[in-house]
Amino acid sequence: MSRILVFTNQQEEGLSTGAKEALAFGSRLASSTGGEVRSVSLGPLAADGAKESISLGASIAYTISNPLLAEYDVELYVNCIETVFQQSGADILILSFDRIGKDLVGRLATRIGASAITEVVDYNADSEKLTWIRPIYGDKAFGEYTTTRSLVVVGIRKKSQNVDMPDETRIGEIIEVNYSPTEDMIVTKLVVKIQAALSDIRLEDARIVISGGRGVGGPEGFNELHVLAYLLGGTVGASRAACDAGWVPSNLQVGQTGAIVAPDLYIAVGISGASQHLAGISNAKTVVAINTDPEAPIFKRANIGVVADYKTVIQSLTEKLKKVLV
Amino acid sequence: MHIVVCLKQVIDPEITPRYFKIDADTNRPETSDTDLVLDSFAENALELAIQIRDKIPGATVTALCLGDEESEDVLRRALAFTANAAVRVWDSEWENLDGQAVGHILAQSIKTLGGAQLVLTGYQASDIEEGLVGPVMAEELGIPCLTLVSDLEVEEDNVKATIEVEGGYAVVSVPSPSIFTIISSETNVPRLPKVKDVRLARSKQITLLESEELNLDSERCQPGVKLERAYVVNREVACEVLPGNDGGDFAGELAERLLALKIL
Ligand SMILES: Cc1cc2nc3c(=O)[nH]c(=O)nc-3n(C[C@H](O)[C@H](O)[C@H](O)COP(=O)(O)OP(=O)(O)OC[C@H]3O[C@@H](n4cnc5c(N)ncnc54)[C@H](O)[C@@H]3O)c2cc1C
Ligand SMILES: Nc1ncnc2c1ncn2[C@@H]1O[C@H](COP(=O)(O)O)[C@@H](O)[C@H]1O
Repeated sequence: MSRILVFTNQQEEGLSTGAKEALAFGSRLASSTGGEVRSVSLGPLAADGAKESISLGASIAYTISNPLLAEYDVELYVNCIETVFQQSGADILILSFDRIGKDLVGRLATRIGASAITEVVDYNADSEKLTWIRPIYGDKAFGEYTTTRSLVVVGIRKKSQNVDMPDETRIGEIIEVNYSPTEDMIVTKLVVKIQAALSDIRLEDARIVISGGRGVGGPEGFNELHVLAYLLGGTVGASRAACDAGWVPSNLQVGQTGAIVAPDLYIAVGISGASQHLAGISNAKTVVAINTDPEAPIFKRANIGVVADYKTVIQSLTEKLKKVLV
Repeated sequence: MHIVVCLKQVIDPEITPRYFKIDADTNRPETSDTDLVLDSFAENALELAIQIRDKIPGATVTALCLGDEESEDVLRRALAFTANAAVRVWDSEWENLDGQAVGHILAQSIKTLGGAQLVLTGYQASDIEEGLVGPVMAEELGIPCLTLVSDLEVEEDNVKATIEVEGGYAVVSVPSPSIFTIISSETNVPRLPKVKDVRLARSKQITLLESEELNLDSERCQPGVKLERAYVVNREVACEVLPGNDGGDFAGELAERLLALKIL
């Protein structure tokens, strides 16, 4: 029997994807352990978040709707979530291990004296002790962990859970928690926010992704990939090596540290296939690799392989496809 | 200004999956000494620490590592990057520490070293990728921690941090002292140390801090998680390597295969 509290972070359009994944994980865990799921939403829109959380499985949705919480601040959020956690009497606190969760999990676990386990993708409730399952060593292996403390804070790996369909008929209770965070708790001040150049298609939603790596050799080579991507109605991604070299912006990075993509077609150009990169494409349907090195590990993940210098292939491929498609 | 950068020694994260094996008795990777390297994001943090120091007169960088004697290699590397001091913390009793325990011990070490205005770590270590040490130290030291930081600009009493956010990035200001967990970017690509600095690093001193000097809380040195079982996953698929003699051949074959998928 466990009591589970899920932090349901919110954006203007509603709960974040991470929040929905955390709720899905929490609900699944609750049904295996005979427990109950509660949620916590923060900020002026918390009541909306609470309703959505109830439709996704929470039986009690706590809110702190103080206007100070409109903008995320790590200290404020740690204080609020800690307060709600204590009031809820939960023993498991679940957060998405997304950009905000990465700030919060270690802080909260230390604050409440809990064990912390991150990047969790699954659990096993069959054995005597609950075990938490997560990838380790850059996705080359899995580890099964037990915890040594009675409380645990869990960070769920991004894009690892199927999100449930909301059920608007579900009923639950919304409780506004009596806690007033104060302005002097805020430590971060936003100086400027810069929107990356918006491409037409979000990498994560794209049906066709053409990614380039160090083997592309420079920003010029990426132009060829853009031309092909445009023709196919797809978009361009990259490996960390290509992003770190400054050839393309870092928001094009695919992999464990970047975007997790799930296209119908993924073409990896001049990418060796490090496990951390492959972690971002495990749900891609057809993978094509173009690489000069027949021993490159990418060929162990690709369905179709071309062992060649991409420069001799991409332009010619673009021309051939243009004839058929345009 | 004192900058502390925390460095971990890890098994090379780029070992080809085929050659990666886990020993079923120890639940640890089968490694040889040659497979050990400096954690990748910690190396970005080290590079950034050195860049910041070089802009601030009188600033110093201390490289701090919790690890056995073998891990002095990562501290030598930091000295070759021209870090001013290198400190190793160790106790042979420490086994299977997790990020929470490491965070506690490193925080106590930083206190013992007289504190720091700026503490940098990698955002997730290249082996287990817990992503805990920075935030745990923040709680222990009672100072802020920002994660996923790609660049820093240090001012008098504040630090401006560039952070990756949904759909772009933000610049956020926090008071110092504070902790930042660093992610790679084009501005913190690790340098190639000069031959002279590599040579000098060999003869520099590495200070050893022992657990008795750190005023540790024995409960907090206990790991919060226990690895019960680890296993390698095989995700290899059969690859059809296309025939051909030149780019034109390959392009033709590939175009055919792609059209046959009926998604274009
Ligand atoms: C904790 C951690 C997280 C990471 N997260 C990510 C991540 O999210 N995403 C990511 O991508 N990486 C990530 N990495 C880095 C990863 O380990 C690899 O270093 C990186 O993916 C390598 O990029 P690459 O394949 O482009 O470069 P390389 O490994 O250098 O490969 C380049 C390839 O191009 C081929 N090539 C060269 N010239 C040509 C040519 N003319 N035509 C065709 N092929 C050619 C070469 O044969 C080679 O196989 C992470 C690493 C760590 C430690
Ligand atoms: N044993 C260690 N010694 C020094 N620094 C460490 C150690 N373990 C982790 N770190 C630092 O903390 C970061 C995050 O590690 P982790 O929380 O284990 O993912 C690493 O990138 C290092 O900068």
